[in-house]
This record gives sequence, structure tokens and C-alpha cells, in this order.
Amino acid sequence: MSATTATKPTALRSVKNRLFSDPHVARLGIILVLLLVFFALIKPSNFFGLATWQSMAVQFPEFGLMALGVMLTMVIGGIDLSVVGIANMTAIGSAVLMLQIAPAGSDPNAGYLAVVAAIVCSLVVGALAGAFNGWLVAKVKIPAILVTLGTFELFTGIAVIISGGKPTSGLPLQYGEIMANRVFGVIPMPLIVFIIGVIVIGLLMYKTPFGTKLYMLGSNETAAKFSGMKTSSLIIRTYMTSGLFASAAGLVMLANYNSAKADYGSTYTLLAVLIVVLGGVNPNGGSGRLSGVVLAIIVLQVLSSFLNTFPNISNFYRPLIWGGVLLLVIVVNEIGNKGALARMLKWKGTQS
Amino acid sequence: MVDNVIAVRDIRKAFAGVQALDGITLEIAPGEIHCLAGENGSGKSTLIKVISGVHAPDSGTIEMNGKQFSGLTPIEAISNGVQVIYQDFSVFPNLTVMENLAINAELAAHRTFVNWRRMRATAKEAIAKIDFDIDLDAKVGTLSVAQKQLVAISRALMSDARLIIMDEPTTALTKREVDALFKIILDLKARGIATLFVSHKLEEVFEISERFTIIRNGASVITCLPEELDHKKFSYYMTGREFDDSRFTPELQADAPVLEVSGLGVDGAFEDVTLSLRPGEILGITGLLGSGRTELALSLFGALPADRGEIRLEGQPVTLDGIRSAIAHGIGYVPEDRLTEGLFLERSIGSNITISEIDSFASKLGVFDKAAAKAAAEAWVKDLRIATPDPENAVNTLSGGNQQRIVLAKWLATNPKVLILNGPTVGVDIGSKHDIHRILRELAAEGLAVIIISDDIPEVIQNCNRVMVMNAGRIVAEVDPAVTGDAELAELMSKDIVDLNGKG
Amino acid sequence: MAALVRKLVKTNEFYLFLVIVVLAVVIQLRSGQFFTPNNLVDLANAMVVPGIFAVGAFMVLVSGGIDVSFPALASLSVYATTRILVDNGWEGGVWLPFVLVIALGAILGAFNGLFTSRFAVPVLIITLGTASVFSGIMQGVLSSVQIPNLPPAMTEFGRATLFVATNPDSGLTSSMPMSFLILVVVLVFAFVLLRYTTFGRGLYAMGGDESAAERAGFKVRHIKFWLFVIVGIIASLAGLVRTSMMDSMHPTNLPGIELMVIAAVVLGGTAITGGSGTLTGAMLGTLLIVIVQNSMILVGIPTFWQGFSLGVLIIVGTGISAIQLTRARKRARVLI
Repeated sequence: MSATTATKPTALRSVKNRLFSDPHVARLGIILVLLLVFFALIKPSNFFGLATWQSMAVQFPEFGLMALGVMLTMVIGGIDLSVVGIANMTAIGSAVLMLQIAPAGSDPNAGYLAVVAAIVCSLVVGALAGAFNGWLVAKVKIPAILVTLGTFELFTGIAVIISGGKPTSGLPLQYGEIMANRVFGVIPMPLIVFIIGVIVIGLLMYKTPFGTKLYMLGSNETAAKFSGMKTSSLIIRTYMTSGLFASAAGLVMLANYNSAKADYGSTYTLLAVLIVVLGGVNPNGGSGRLSGVVLAIIVLQVLSSFLNTFPNISNFYRPLIWGGVLLLVIVVNEIGNKGALARMLKWKGTQS
Repeated sequence: MVDNVIAVRDIRKAFAGVQALDGITLEIAPGEIHCLAGENGSGKSTLIKVISGVHAPDSGTIEMNGKQFSGLTPIEAISNGVQVIYQDFSVFPNLTVMENLAINAELAAHRTFVNWRRMRATAKEAIAKIDFDIDLDAKVGTLSVAQKQLVAISRALMSDARLIIMDEPTTALTKREVDALFKIILDLKARGIATLFVSHKLEEVFEISERFTIIRNGASVITCLPEELDHKKFSYYMTGREFDDSRFTPELQADAPVLEVSGLGVDGAFEDVTLSLRPGEILGITGLLGSGRTELALSLFGALPADRGEIRLEGQPVTLDGIRSAIAHGIGYVPEDRLTEGLFLERSIGSNITISEIDSFASKLGVFDKAAAKAAAEAWVKDLRIATPDPENAVNTLSGGNQQRIVLAKWLATNPKVLILNGPTVGVDIGSKHDIHRILRELAAEGLAVIIISDDIPEVIQNCNRVMVMNAGRIVAEVDPAVTGDAELAELMSKDIVDLNGKG
Repeated sequence: MAALVRKLVKTNEFYLFLVIVVLAVVIQLRSGQFFTPNNLVDLANAMVVPGIFAVGAFMVLVSGGIDVSFPALASLSVYATTRILVDNGWEGGVWLPFVLVIALGAILGAFNGLFTSRFAVPVLIITLGTASVFSGIMQGVLSSVQIPNLPPAMTEFGRATLFVATNPDSGLTSSMPMSFLILVVVLVFAFVLLRYTTFGRGLYAMGGDESAAERAGFKVRHIKFWLFVIVGIIASLAGLVRTSMMDSMHPTNLPGIELMVIAAVVLGGTAITGGSGTLTGAMLGTLLIVIVQNSMILVGIPTFWQGFSLGVLIIVGTGISAIQLTRARKRARVLI
């Protein structure tokens, strides 16, 4: 084996390789930097104000966590349209649970117990819901888009049934204490949750064989079977993870709104898919990096917050910007990689 | 001198600096059955595209019907009677036979409205031309490969074709279907329609071709009559290299068989298969498409559960209830179609090689040791001489021969006891073909037990110490390749016997 | 006759029809209210808007794509139309709203068509983007608010009835809306287009194998573009109908319906990968979902359970399809 002559320290080189090996990531990185510079120059008071960043950090984890879960399902060539349903269902479920354990006027200990129970239950139920999705996709072999479309209705329906269609509120104060907290007085808890989520996914994808297996499965499911991979188990685990992250998003939403309702976050479904595609994940599966998706989340959030600083531009422009950015990226990509994108994204529907 | 249907002279074509065609000349007489042979990358596909008008040549002339062209458009080619039938037949599986046949005509006539009665009449006329008896309302996706091909041929004949170009037409056909195809081609000849076959299978096209043109590196090497060729010459012209045709004899003398199969059967596929295999042997299983050979391979790999019979590995009976079970018992399988069954094309060479053993690179806690995996992959790349500058490159950057080596590496990395290869050198250039055979012989010498399943008779004769012939789901003979010749094997493979479904 | 029956039995649509019949009978037995004239008219009424949307969604699915932008497109074109008419105090006939909505629908559809025909990116992703853009334009640029007072022509149209059906026992009446005719017109148009024009056959061909379609001579780009223009018009018509019937313009009412419509079409036997399916199936699928949503109340199931039941329906329906497919593949020995 010949010795590799390194002109730079190998560690630095490998980080650089990882970040720039994917053209999507590189492009998004550049866009983000430009955006930040633009923001700093035009609205310095907002840019350098903590409140701006804090409000961003509270908002984006809601859909950001969902996007992380959806990302995994799209890497294996599937999709998860049920994330919002899982989020709302588990949020309502945990709200009800907390109210049972610690109804209004209970002492703080009951409150803390309620919070812990709620978080645990939420995550477990979310994972189970995801496993149900995975089972339908892997064993019954229904196309993922149809499965998650159906379970979206199903889970939302369950949320409606439990809550009677009305918002569930009156949560024990302890929940807000913990989940809406500012760590060190500055960092909002949702951001911490998101960061934990990113670390977990990052470890899964890049530090364990699981990640490699997912990419291979998304690249060619038949070859995966012939290579001895446990494809059904992988699919189920992927959707389980998506469900888990969706329920985490639900917990964040619960904290942010201090209530739960069956139709919260209705725009998040398509937004999550949009983010994942923007982040460079091929909807046919087999490629795409976490860094791309994270950058996409941040870019979209910074962009919309930037626009929010102009009082004339209302909140409602947000979908317009998002859609516009996606279309713009599509155009740029096609012009940039003439043919490469076309070959990559030949759509024939998903099988898993 | 007879006016050629088409003659291309001194055609040159380059793509991004790569010279695909380098001064090639090809002449086809009216009604002639001409075979164009060349290995992958020789330029045969580019030549077809030039003749059919998809690409315009950089230089050279095309003569058709007495007219000279420096370049054609697809429409000009079609109006001069050139029709191409590609390997995928370009049919619409979700539409009926009638629609597939008639739709081109409707489009060519620039119709806005579709008249179903007119389409049916057109379609009826088309299938009558080759006496093709098919339900016009059947969806093409439900037809067999041979039937789809006949639909494509009928469609090609609808416009006044004078030359039909067929790209590897016999690849997926059974012997009977090949015979039917040849009858049609002879019939076309009688009507003055020439056929250009693109093929690399000498035996099959031998009996029907009137002239061969062998292409190598974008230029014609030789145009000759079939009598002037034999396997060795054919190989030599296709690759420019002489090869050592020594036959394989097992070096290793093991006593105990590693694999024993008795009475194995899968309903509707094969019946009563019994064989035993010792380490160091290379067993050949040959048979035509439909003989059950692929199903047998899949059964031995656990992908197709057997309905009856027993499999023993190293003396112990085993039940192979799935692919993972087979792998756990030390059986590896290099599949027939590496693109869809064996490779992850967009992923890296390294991960393709290590994927089946990937869990072995994870620590107790589940941490993936990437460096170790990378090193292992690099070792295999070196060992099997996979031509790539970087194992991080995607698999789709490699040629067929190199891709097949990757699949091989993947299985060797699992340290199997038995390696089954189905069509190991299909779509592989002759150079890689010989390399892969050499690798297999070396592996056998090291103690691996190898089964080669192939319908390529020379491959099987040269590389196996024993050959079993399958026909209609049964093993009809076991021969010693040192003694039995090509012709006899071919005879055994294609003899008409009553098959498992009672059809004779 | 026997051959026809045999052919019929092999189709998905037949079984779907059976399911609907069984469901109807069950509801009838439990409530005695299903096969009453006014209930049937109510169902027809409820079918109009989803049915029109389903025609458009069906056409896109057949061509091999999935369009999720149609509710946002419909909302925008109807909103803009209503805004223009109300701001200018339009008192005239209903023809102008129609013309405006068709024109806007065509323009927005062309926007979709521009991207889908030019870029080799899945239609699903592109329409995700355009849906956001349409929604953003409506909410942001046009600062949409609910418009309670529609131009009188639209209100009238919404109230116009073809006939009135009376329930003999309870005396309840339901009116068959004029807009049902729009559904019929759209259906007929789509049927003729799909069956008797090369454009329509081209949709099926593209859904089967797009590159083969190109090679056969279909002008694929051209077809895709005009497909979306047509779908834009159809969707906008549905939006107009809905707004007129509800007698107010609620901008955020529609989005969310896209998944239900796609589910309905798929339940009707259209493959999600494209190339196959019938209008009949799409309509039957829509009918099934509409029955589930509307008639649950007759059986005494509270509206809370609608979403849940819809979900179960989709899962069971697609599940059965999938199992059938797996069995067929096993029989043909298509391994794995």
C-alpha cells in the first residue's frame, strides 16, 4: 500500500472533502454566507440583536425535526407524509396524559413526573406509529407515499378523536419550565432539542453501518436483498426514527404554543419535503447529506426572519419565498449540471 | 455490382475527445443477413445510431438507395427504409398490442384525433405481415419477451422497411423462440428486406448470418463469410489478442464434498436435481434460458425456497430459508444481472465491496470503523485489479468487466465456501472475461468450490472440470469437458424433450 | 356477453363498485336513510368539487406525475377573480367570473407546465414549490382575507338548482345544484380527450415509458405543458364552484384537500407510477370517500371519526391492491 503524501493535515482535508464533496452542500453553504452578510449589512440592528436569533431558534426546530425524520425516509427512496399527524397525535396524547397526572393545582412534583411521563410516552408512541408505517411499506409493500398519506389521516383522525377537535391546554407549568426554558438564560430549549436530534442522526448516518446501509438500500433495493441486507428491518427502523423525530417535533410545538391541536403545523408536511429536497437529497433515494438538510433548514429560517424585519412584508410571504427558492434551486441546478440532474431524478414513483 | 441497401464508408465519430468510430466501412446488400460483432465499447452502438440517424458522423459518407448523405436525420433514415429494434424494444407495457402498433402511424400522420377502428385495422395488417397470432387487446406488459420482440418487429415492418437492425435480439430468447425468430428473418429475406444483427454470440448467429463484420476500436477489422471463422479467430478479431485456451483441472484434491444436493425441486422450474461439489472444483451447469438453471442457482442461494429435496453443507443438512441464511452458511451468489441485482451504481466502489460484511467493521458499541473498511476495500481493488483511480468513485464510472469484478470482490469478502456465479461474463469485454476466469481458477486452487452457470459453451468447457446439462427442468447429462465437444453440449442443451409442464 | 362479464370481473373498478354497493347497503340497513332521494342528491352535491379536482389529478397521475398544487392554484385564481369582481362591483352575469377563472387557471397552469416540461425533476417536487408560490401570492401579495360578499352572479350560480329531491318520509329536501353540470362537462371533456385524441393517448404513453414516448414521436414537452394548462383550468373551475356554493371566499379552505383527492384517484385503480387507470375508477374512488365522509353521520358515527375512517380506508384499499400485486408477481415468479 503506497503512503499517501498529505500536503495538509489529513483531518482538515477530510472535513473539507466531506463538506464540499457534495455540490448541493457547497452551494447552500455559499447561499447561507451570502444571506448572512446581506442581512448584517442591511438590517444590522436586527442582525446583531439576540432576540432575532432566539425567535428563530424557537421556530425552526418544529419543522426542522420533522425534516430530519423525513430525510431518512427519502434516503431509502420513500417518503413520510404523516409526520405532522404523528406530531399532533403524540402532542395531544401527552397533553392529556399530563393533565391526568397533574391536573390544575397539583404540586410541582406531580408536574415534573407528568412531564417526564409525557416525554417518554410521546417518543415511544411516535416510534410505534413510525414502525406501523414501516411495516406497511416493508411487509405489505404499499408505496410509501400512499401509506403515509393514509396514516396522516389516521393519526390526525386519532388526534381529533382524543381532543374532540378542540385545543388541549392547561398544561402543568413544569412543562413550560423545562421545554420552553432558556438554557443559560439565552439558548432556547427547542434549539437544544434540535441540536441533539442532529447529533443523533449524524451519528446514525455516519458513525454506524446503519447509515451506509440506508444509502445502499435507497440506491438499489433488489441488490440490497441479494447482498444479504435485512431490508425489511432497515425500512421499519427508518420509519420508526422518522416517527420518533416527529413526536419530538410535537413536544416542541407543545412547548411553543402551550397547547396542542389536531391541525397545528398543517403546512409543515410539504415544507419538510421541500427542505429535504432543497438540501440535496434525491427523492429516488441513495444520496444526500445531513449537512445539506441542516443548511437548508437554516437558510429558509434566516431568509424568512430577514424578511420579517421589513414591516411591510407580512408573514404570509413565507410560502412564496420557500416555493420560489425551491424553484430557483431547481433551475440553477439544471443549468449547472446539465444532464446530471436529469439522470439523477428520473421519477417513476416510489416502491418503498 | 449489386446496389447496396446501405453502405457506410470511412465513418468517423468522436464524443468529447473519445474516438468512438475510426474510419469504419460497412456494406449491406439487399435482403442480406449481416452480423455486426464486437465487444462492449467497440463502437457498434454508435455505428447503429449513425445508420439510424440519431448521430451525425464527423466525416465519411452514407449511401442509401443510390443517394449519398454526409449525415442523416432519424426521419430521413426511416423514409429510406431503416428501422432499428433496440434491446428494450421501445414498447409501452401499459398499452395494448394494437395501440403499440398503431400509435406511430397515427403520430406520423399528425392526427389530433384517434380512431380506434382505423388503429385496429392498421394493427391487424401489421401482425399479418409476419403471421403473428396475438390478442390485439392484450397489454404488452403481460407478454413474454419473444412476443414483445415480435410486436417490435411488426411495428418496424409497418413502414416500408428495407433494412431492419436488431440489437442483441437473441439474448432473452429460448431456443424455440430463437428458431421462430430466424424463420421470420428468412421470410423477410425472401421479401427483399435485409437484416443487420448486432451480436456477440457466435454460435447463435452463425447458422443464419451470411456475412460477418467484426468491429474493434471503432474500425472494421474484417468482413468475412461464416466459413472463415471459428471461436478462436472470432475471439482474436474481437479483441486483437490471442488467448491461452488451456482447460481447467482441479489442483486441489479434497475428499469430502462441501455441497451436496439431492432430489431438489421447485414446482414449475426444476425437478430432481442431485449433485455434489468438492472444494477446488469448478462445476459448470449449462442449459438454455428456461431450462431451470437460474432457478436452481437461486434455490441454492436461498432466494427461491425448494419444494422438496435436501441440501447439505459440509455434511450437515441445512434449510436455506432466505438469502441471509445462505450467506451465513457460506454461500455466495454473483447474479445474472449485475446492474439490477448486484450493484449499487451511485454508491462508491468501496462500499459496494464491503456491504455484505459491513457489520464486521462495527465495534461492540456499533461504531463504524471507516478506515478499516476502506483499507479492506482497497485491498480487494488491488487483488482483483479493478481499474479505478479511487475506491471512493461511484461504480457507474466503471466498465462492465470492472463492475463484475466488484461484485466478485463483494462475495469474496464474505469468505464463502461455495461461490455460485450466474452468467459471470455476460456483457463483459473479452479481456476482462479471461481475467475473471483466471481469478476463478486461482480461487479454486485455494479451496473454494465454484459453480458456474452459463449458456456460453466455450466458457463452460474451458473453465470447468465437470459440466452438468439442464434441459426442461432436469439434469439430462453430466459430462467431462475434456472429452465432450461444443457441438455435443449444444445438442444436449437444446434437444426437444417433454418439459415439466408436459410440453414437448 | 359472457366475455364482457369476464373482462369486467378482472377490473379493479368492478370490485370498487361492489365495495360501494355493499357499503351503501350497510348504511341503508342501519339507518334506512341511504337510498332516499335527498341523500342521494346530497351525495351528488358533495361529489362535485372533489370530483372535478379528481379529474385533473387523474390526468396528471396517468402521465406519470403527482400534482399537489391544484388546491392552491384553485384558491389563487378564484380569489383573484372574486377580488377583481368585488372591487369593481360587478353586477352582471356569471359568464365573466367563469372567463376570468379559466383565464387565470390557464396562466397558473402554464406556470406549472413551464417548469414540469423543462426540468427533469419529479412533478411532485415542482408542484410542491409552485403550491407554495401560489399560496404565498394569495396570502402575501394579495393579502387575502375572507370575502363574505360575493358578486351576486356567483351567489346566484351557487344557489341555482337543477331540481329538488324530497325525502318522502322526513320531508327533508335537497337540491341538485346546477354546478353538477360542470362536473359532467369536465368529465365528458376529459373522457374524449383521453380516449380519442393523440394528446390523451400520449399521456398514457408517457406514463408508461417517457423515453419510448419521445422516440415514438410524441412531443412530450409540448404535451406536458398543455396538460398542466388544462389541469389549471379544471382546478380553477372546481374552486369557482366551491366558492359559489359556499357563498363566501375563504382563502385557506382548500389546501389540504390534495392528499384526499390523490388518495381517491389511487383507490380507483390508478397506479401511482402512471400509465394506467380509468376515469370511472377515479370517480368511483371519489364517490367512496365522499360516502364515507358524508354518510357516517347517518349511521350515527360522529364527524370526529371521519379523518380516522378515511385513513383506515386508504390503508386498507391500497393494502389490498398491494397484496394482489405481490401475489401476481409471485405467480409469475418475478422474484422479490
